[in-house]
Amino acid sequence: MSKQSESKHTTEKSSAAFESERASDVQIPKTRAQMAAENAKTAKKLVFVVIGMLGFSFALVPLYDVFCDLTGINGKPSNEAAVYESVVIDESRTVKVEFITRTHSGMAWEFEARTADIRLHPGEMGEVEFYVRNPSDRDIIAQAIPSISPGTAALYVNKTECFCFKHQPLKAGEEALMPMKFYVDPQLPKDITVLTLQYTLYDISATVKPAAVVAMNNS
Amino acid sequence: MSTETVNEAHDSDDGHDAHHEHHIPKGLLRWLFTTNHKDIGTLYLWFAFIMFLIGGAMAMVIRAELFQPGLQIVDPHFFNQMTTVHGLIMVFGAVMPAFTGLANWLVPMMIGAPDMALPRMNNWSFWILPFAFLILLSSLFMDGGGPAFGWTFYAPLSTQYSGDSTALFVFSVHIMGISSIMGAINVVVTILNMRAPGMTYMKMPLFVWTWLITAFLLIAVMPVLAGAVTMVLTDKFFGTSFFDAAGGGDPVMFQHIFWFFGHPEVYIMILPAFGIISAIVPTFSRKKLFGYASMVYATASIALLSFIVWAHHMFTTGMPVAAEMFFMFATMLISVPTGVKVFNWVATMWRGSLTFEVPMMFAIAFIVLFTIGGLSGLMLAITPADFQYHDTYFVVAHFHYVLVTGAVFSIMAAVYYWLPKWTGKMFDITLGKWHFWCSLISVNLLFFPMHFVGLAGMPRRIPDYALQFADINKWVSIGGFAFGLSQLIFLVLIIKACRKIGEPVSDQVWEGAEGLEWEIPSPAPYHTFETPPFIK
Repeated sequence: MSKQSESKHTTEKSSAAFESERASDVQIPKTRAQMAAENAKTAKKLVFVVIGMLGFSFALVPLYDVFCDLTGINGKPSNEAAVYESVVIDESRTVKVEFITRTHSGMAWEFEARTADIRLHPGEMGEVEFYVRNPSDRDIIAQAIPSISPGTAALYVNKTECFCFKHQPLKAGEEALMPMKFYVDPQLPKDITVLTLQYTLYDISATVKPAAVVAMNNS
Repeated sequence: MSTETVNEAHDSDDGHDAHHEHHIPKGLLRWLFTTNHKDIGTLYLWFAFIMFLIGGAMAMVIRAELFQPGLQIVDPHFFNQMTTVHGLIMVFGAVMPAFTGLANWLVPMMIGAPDMALPRMNNWSFWILPFAFLILLSSLFMDGGGPAFGWTFYAPLSTQYSGDSTALFVFSVHIMGISSIMGAINVVVTILNMRAPGMTYMKMPLFVWTWLITAFLLIAVMPVLAGAVTMVLTDKFFGTSFFDAAGGGDPVMFQHIFWFFGHPEVYIMILPAFGIISAIVPTFSRKKLFGYASMVYATASIALLSFIVWAHHMFTTGMPVAAEMFFMFATMLISVPTGVKVFNWVATMWRGSLTFEVPMMFAIAFIVLFTIGGLSGLMLAITPADFQYHDTYFVVAHFHYVLVTGAVFSIMAAVYYWLPKWTGKMFDITLGKWHFWCSLISVNLLFFPMHFVGLAGMPRRIPDYALQFADINKWVSIGGFAFGLSQLIFLVLIIKACRKIGEPVSDQVWEGAEGLEWEIPSPAPYHTFETPPFIK
């Protein structure tokens, strides 16, 4: 701030000096120095807009997450365990829930849902087991990322227990059955009769802390 | 910072006192150190033209590969690099610098200002540009090749499936962005502060108005592009997960951020064209522009609407129906102010005493062909229909109609219109007419049939195609080669004009031309409006 006022002071002084030099030149309404000072002032304001917009582009990231959490439109269900309490089962309709599994490119794991699809009433508890095997010769930590289609249904899928809530370490050659318990909220819009729940397994061994790998080897 | 600027202003004043009007520094250094808006305008325009030829050469590679089905000339990875770099060069290297060059030449002359507001920054904003494109083009010669993920650099293509040259791509986009932002700040400051006495906002020529609004768009969205490429850079090289689902990010978010920049960017490339056409049509119709005020408001509405339509590029990403409806109707709304403009141009011509000089021919071609591009855009806005058109040649046809027969034709029209004022000599009219007719016929042969293969399902950005598209692609390629060759006529014409071959022209140049730039001598002196004119 002090620097700014200092430079302003210099500006006034120099423009005054300049004016006396050009006293005869009455045709020009503003001296060049005055003009330049004014231009620099406007340019400075615009630079703030530029910085603001750069900040906005990064602010879009948390804004996007908040917006999607509230509306669920990007098909991401909640990453927290839901509590199954006093849920009224809507027996008037049945919803079909399909399960798709895939591993991200380059990941050798076998990964499949033991049940391809189940039919249940909204509010009714469902349980599915997922089978994984690490056929490779190295220990791998995986993370499953869920995605629900249609995206708007993501808000109505409540999981009480899911392997996707935490990392899944498997040693070389190891296999496991991973449980997932969920219910569909009875508030589910009536036009949605089929839901697809997809899990993608990512190899995150490289990005999780080495401590986690050590812990896994010791266990 | 302001102290520095003041000193600079002093320097340039002293410099001006030392060398007078006709004493222009000679040689290469003149161009390197120049702060003169006319010199910088010339540099921008030549740079844009060279980039147009380089980007065009890449389009020739694309069309040569697509001349026949099958893979024969280049391998698919190189083909992808060609489509990517062709797009980047044409958008950031040809169309945008050409408009900035026109703004440099014309805005001070149109508002009665002696120069751009920030001449030193003006020099910088041009001279960093060649380096941006050197970086981008040099990446093509690296191991693994240059960027091959499309000019839209969607994640994860650019973050996980790209080569190391992505870093060069990111830096070159940063430099281009800084250049455009500096150019835009300069235009805004010039127009806000440096108008001659009496030049009120509603007396400004439309080219000045459209550029003012364009400059605000640039200031608003170029930083968002810079943010997007920076996120790609950190995702790829520094382990962040903005767009990586495994780390909690979302690749679809990339598209939201990119198109939040990308759609206003589309209007950045067309609004100055509207200003140019609004200058040329009245001159050769010998009438005042019909609906000046509505033109200003229409331009502003298009600019504002451009911020709320971005997701129409993403209808197939699985958005909820409500969002699709919103973006569909918001997009369709844009055709209202755009329609206002087209009708105003037509109404300006209505019962005018029309003559068909070369700039007018380009302007009329613009009005007709841009409208075709606008209407195919309206088709793409219809969400259910877009599911069929998405990522097909129909989209390619659409945006080439608005960008080539729209933006590029308007730039050519502008060059033909103001070139005699710049050089003082009339350009070779015969060559100009040849250029126009060759371009007009070949560009339609090039882009019109793309609508049909697109509707029939030919995907874009693929080096090979199903056999049933063979005949149409052959004709499209022939049109492409012809359009490319036609631009060499333009090159010859420009070189002749720059060597001042031709009949001397009057100050007004065109009977019916109005505006401050036509009141100064031809060729325009190195310094104009040292003493501001007074506008009644």
